[in-house]
Amino acid sequence: MSDEYENKTGYQAQSSESITSSSIGSGVATDIDYVRPAENAEQDLYHGHSFITKWIFCQDAKVIGVQYFLLATFTGVIGLVLSWLMRLQLGFPGAAGFMTAEHYYQFVTMHGMIMVVYFLTALFLGGFGNYLIPLMVGARDMVFPYLNMVSFWSFFVAVAVLLASFFVPGGPTGSGWTLYPPQAILEGTPGSGMGIILMCVSLILFVAGFTMGGLNYLITILQARTRGMTLMRMPLTVWGIFTATVLAMLAFPALLVGSLMMMLDKLLATSFFMPTILKAGEILEYGGGSPILFQHLFWFFGHPEVYIVALPAFGIVSDLISVHSRKNIFGYRMMVWAIVGIGALSFFVWAHHMYVSGMNPWFGFFFATTTLIIAVPTAMKVYNWILTLWRGNIRLNVVMLWCLGFIVTFVNGGITGIFLGNVSVDVPLSDTYFVVAHFHMVMGIAPLMVIMGAVYHWFPLVAGRFLNETLGKWHFWLTFLGAYSIYFPMHYLGFIGVPRRYFEMYDSPYMTSAVGMNEFISTAAFIVGAAQFILIFNIIKTLKTGKPAGHNPWQANSLEWLTPSVPPEHGNWGEKLPVVHRWPYDFSVPGSREDFITQTTPPSDVKDSKVEKT
Amino acid sequence: MHPGIIFFLVILGSVLFHIFTPWYWTDIASNWGGMDDTITLTFWIGGGVFVAVCLFMVYCVLKFSYKKDRKAEYKPEDKKLEKILTWATTLGVVALLAPGLVIWNQYVSVPKNAVEVDVMAWQWGWQYRLAGEDGKLGTTQVVNINDDNPFGINLDDPFGQDDIMIQSDVINLENNKPVKILLRSVDVLHNWYVPQFRSKMDAVPGIVTYYWFEPNKIGEYEVLCAEYCGVGHYAMRGGVEVQSKEDYDKWISEQETFSDLIAKQEKLELENKKIVKNNNFLLNKDIYKEE
Repeated sequence: MSDEYENKTGYQAQSSESITSSSIGSGVATDIDYVRPAENAEQDLYHGHSFITKWIFCQDAKVIGVQYFLLATFTGVIGLVLSWLMRLQLGFPGAAGFMTAEHYYQFVTMHGMIMVVYFLTALFLGGFGNYLIPLMVGARDMVFPYLNMVSFWSFFVAVAVLLASFFVPGGPTGSGWTLYPPQAILEGTPGSGMGIILMCVSLILFVAGFTMGGLNYLITILQARTRGMTLMRMPLTVWGIFTATVLAMLAFPALLVGSLMMMLDKLLATSFFMPTILKAGEILEYGGGSPILFQHLFWFFGHPEVYIVALPAFGIVSDLISVHSRKNIFGYRMMVWAIVGIGALSFFVWAHHMYVSGMNPWFGFFFATTTLIIAVPTAMKVYNWILTLWRGNIRLNVVMLWCLGFIVTFVNGGITGIFLGNVSVDVPLSDTYFVVAHFHMVMGIAPLMVIMGAVYHWFPLVAGRFLNETLGKWHFWLTFLGAYSIYFPMHYLGFIGVPRRYFEMYDSPYMTSAVGMNEFISTAAFIVGAAQFILIFNIIKTLKTGKPAGHNPWQANSLEWLTPSVPPEHGNWGEKLPVVHRWPYDFSVPGSREDFITQTTPPSDVKDSKVEKT
Repeated sequence: MHPGIIFFLVILGSVLFHIFTPWYWTDIASNWGGMDDTITLTFWIGGGVFVAVCLFMVYCVLKFSYKKDRKAEYKPEDKKLEKILTWATTLGVVALLAPGLVIWNQYVSVPKNAVEVDVMAWQWGWQYRLAGEDGKLGTTQVVNINDDNPFGINLDDPFGQDDIMIQSDVINLENNKPVKILLRSVDVLHNWYVPQFRSKMDAVPGIVTYYWFEPNKIGEYEVLCAEYCGVGHYAMRGGVEVQSKEDYDKWISEQETFSDLIAKQEKLELENKKIVKNNNFLLNKDIYKEE
């Protein structure tokens, strides 16, 4: 029965009604392996033949995913080097002779923007999204492959424009990654000329490119799932990426208009964000605008952006923990609703970044309440991860280590988020290093842990070989222990009252008491940064000499491991699309011979197993 | 070493660091002890959850690490447990939120007897203005600002004439007297922040923002700019001197009012004119001489 549908050109999609009525006669009640037939015909794939169409202007989502991954990693390394330079200045002032305050602020800005948008967002959605979505839902490719290709190249141009700003007169913008006007476009801030314009152009290109990719992810997940892959049988990775993409489609437009309006203020002297301003004894030509309006636009994008990064990480880590604990993810339905709920709530919390911005202070009550409500579904996710470990059969390999590192750093960062979300507690801590430590822990290090875990987990699929486990362990422990010793003590700088974005501390007594800590943090930062090159070395080394992985090396259940060839080829599934009979978490089912039952295993093959949920 | 033990040591180290840290908040010098208390409460509840979750994780890792002949438990859902955890978390969140909102309510409700201080910020400096004998600050406009009128006071506003102007980045405050800080900026965002007072708010060009506190410890404090305002941000410092009533009254009586300033300027202008006249006269004389 499962093989009855063959893809033929000219196949007419049937309405679901006619399928159900006609299939009653064929014995739904008796055949336990019955899966509803496909409703849509298979798409025609574009097959590239030349090197350029196969590897450069490629329309295969897997190659596009790798392209996104490599370019995002490249920008990420630039962001890393910038952070080294910043930490050099903070820990050892004057050690880098060329470092002026202008440079410092430019590095702060570019580091922030690169890491949040061009590294994390592009990596999770462009990289993992492209590679995994079609494979995990059992599609041959994204539904709009050409658009997908254009999406990557828009990202490429966006990165090029961003990096070009390093070479224009005045250098890149130094307005902080939040780009708050009026300072962003006024003299007194480095890069207030070409720098900020190129930043806005680059963001606009990024959003345009991302919209093309995002439409692909959404429609592929909604329309191109294979037979039997119901929404509630999708791996949580797909749920995370799906919800994050919905958020991105709704949030990025706010950034887009914010960037456009700021460019108009800069180039055409409109006054969207510009009130009457006195600068160097002269009244500027602006008047009547509101700087806070920009902050609302920015954070209406900026807060969902946190979850655009976090939700794919939540999804991926759930899958990794489940596979390597040999146990179903605990409370799958709760996990799905938590992802969707967090996504929805994330649009009602943005102004918690603005408690002391000068907006109407009465907003504080509302936004503190919504912000702390988000803590509930988030906490449920954490409980479910550790309850998945409970009574599991935990493989303590490198992948699992990254997951454990994620739990520690995420819980730590989540708890400090409760400090900052709780409006009056935020007052003494906002704009201090407590905030810096918090968001690095929760949306820098924690998602990075997941990315690393995912790299070690899926590398055998992408490259067909395992990464070296010993190098991986070095990489993990240096990164985890190092990053933790950067950001854990940094919270206490915030308690002292050290403000963010200070090029130098001067001689304020309570700040200079932390000189030793700053030196320590900087040293740790150099080590953690250097440790990332272990991964690059590991990848280069194992591409040639690594242990071959073969089929489904982790004994996982989800579809991406069940392709006929490893690594999967163009079109993913060979002749026939897979048919899905169950959720991807049937690990250690009582009565089954193996400790895993793949999604494509029909019930008749595992008759003795006592499956609770399919 | 077993990874579980290293994770355990990390948790232990975090707790020990918190107990023995030499770096903690500065001695509080205002009425906002409630903020510190809420932080402490959040530390207890939040820190407890952090330690509990991580220790449970460590326990699982130690107890259930991979054995070939063992099979993991198969239990997709446990509705009862999930319900308990949801409600317990909700309760914890409410316990943290409630005091936070109570204190925020105090923060945004300024006492009637608070002394208003106009804090004016620019790239990169501060100056201050206090109400004169009429107890009211005059209205201002950015376009009025010039050398003769450094605060941009509207000249036709009668309340403005007796305003006390402190053209210095240090302001004196009376101990145990609530202060309402009125913030304004002439160019970009700034933020007038004294760590010991715990409170802060952005100064936003185009509008006047506010917050209040009551200093309760005599001494000198440093003012930091806490909102990024361009390349001089890190050096934008000021000062506060909290004084007893007698010292404060003495200090304030020595300060200049707006009308003093205008009078002084007019006098200066008059003198300038005289000098110019004189000069011209002398110059002319010289010219005549040469001819």
